[in-house]
Amino acid sequence: MLDFLKGPVFAVQEFYLLAGRAVRNIFRRPHYLDDVFMQMDVIGVGSLPIVCLTGFFSGAVLALQMSRALAQYGQVGRVGQVVAITLVRELGPVLTALLVAGRNGSGIASELGSMKVTEQIDAMRALGTDPIQKLVTPRVVATATVLPLLTVISDFVGMFGGFTIASLYLNIPARQYWSSVWTSLEWDDVTQGLLKPFVFAFAISLVGCYYGLNTTGGTQGVGRATTQAVVVASVLIFMLTFFITKIFVSNVAV
Amino acid sequence: MPQAAGKSVLRFKGVSLFFEGAAALQDVSFEVTEGQTRILFGSAGSGKTVLLKVALGLLKPSVGSVYVFGQEITDFREEDLYEVRSRIGMLFQESALFDSMTIAENVAYPLLNQKSISVPPEEVMPRVEQALRFVELEHTLDKFPSELSGGMRRRVAIARAVVTEPPLLLYDSPTAGLDPITANTIMALIVKERDLSNATTLIVTHRYQDANLVAKFRYNRDLASLEPVLNGNSGPGGGTAHRTVFMIMQDGRLIFEGSQGDLEASTDPYITKFVRRVH
Repeated sequence: MLDFLKGPVFAVQEFYLLAGRAVRNIFRRPHYLDDVFMQMDVIGVGSLPIVCLTGFFSGAVLALQMSRALAQYGQVGRVGQVVAITLVRELGPVLTALLVAGRNGSGIASELGSMKVTEQIDAMRALGTDPIQKLVTPRVVATATVLPLLTVISDFVGMFGGFTIASLYLNIPARQYWSSVWTSLEWDDVTQGLLKPFVFAFAISLVGCYYGLNTTGGTQGVGRATTQAVVVASVLIFMLTFFITKIFVSNVAV
Repeated sequence: MPQAAGKSVLRFKGVSLFFEGAAALQDVSFEVTEGQTRILFGSAGSGKTVLLKVALGLLKPSVGSVYVFGQEITDFREEDLYEVRSRIGMLFQESALFDSMTIAENVAYPLLNQKSISVPPEEVMPRVEQALRFVELEHTLDKFPSELSGGMRRRVAIARAVVTEPPLLLYDSPTAGLDPITANTIMALIVKERDLSNATTLIVTHRYQDANLVAKFRYNRDLASLEPVLNGNSGPGGGTAHRTVFMIMQDGRLIFEGSQGDLEASTDPYITKFVRRVH
């Protein structure tokens, strides 16, 4: 029984050690700013088209689905409110994070995994560089910076998607739609809508780096690490969103 | 070099290393002195690469002590190891060039990142070009590793290992996976580097002809080519056969340490597998 638990407990310990070192390195020299900006470009600018596309359609489909439900109560005019709250609080952060986990979490794990199996990580250490400082910290900083920004863009594009449906199919005037969007959002929604991607960013980047740096078993191992990174990051996103939502909802109840 | 001969460069004292219960190294002890060439044979999985990584401080021994340049590095923190590593050049088995960097950036990497090596920015490129000229690849500066052949990548990795002019060089299977002609070129470069810089050299290989070349040839500066060494020969690079020591590993244990003569005289079936007399 103890042997069975040893593996997972050791993995969690290693993950926390990696996370601790990565965060500590943010405040220590040398800072690899070039790598941070390059990662921001890869993760942020690179993910922009797919985030916009999924954001638009998720907003549009929300408006369509909700219009049917709201029609039962004669409240179709409130579709903007439902779209805005759902997107900002939950769908925007979670969908964007899942996309980034699939696109960049896997990319981080496979890149670092390939470097590990071809001894580039060892070479880096042998040539005077801390791989956590050079590879992990820039990816964590870049993801934590761009994921909230991507989420904001995704939220807005989603609202625009909702507006397209509201305007074309539901005949809701633009002024009514946007004012219901604007008035329905409170600071509380915006706070959790921005806190979530910030926390998810750490999960995605650190899980990707952890599995990448612990890759063994050649190219097959790289494939395994990539799959594990995406699966674990995705599950973590759902778990974390539940706990963060619980904190905010409890506060409201109190 | 004569006055420095005998100074310990690398020493293993009762080193064992276990991975999940299995022993990768078992009670390994040896000492490499300045100017010496060591050749380490062993079948796949016998612990040769692990031994080199322990020497670099990339892996920590479970038991025993490792001394590099007279300093015990066994309990060094990662930050303290960088200074030690800056004086060791390492050629990794698959070259381990950074894919995302150009050849020039790869070779410049140790000059720019080794904390204890301070090279003025204007001197970096000339030294990179010099190192690449040494391996006859000065025309590949702006190429990426993926654009080069396996042999060329290995040569670039040698340039990266020697660019800081380290006093200790570790080569992990420098000819693995290469055709005989390219393998010969690589070994000739290793001999040339050893004899030009008088660096202490530890070579892991499983090809006896490589070891034979290292032990029986030297680089002649005047002729700019390799020439056979006659025993007792002195001068730069002379008498290499005298300072070449052979070691053989089996299942993590060091089972042989001695001269080429002792090696060739051995009747041990495992040892004789590696020895093919080359005339």
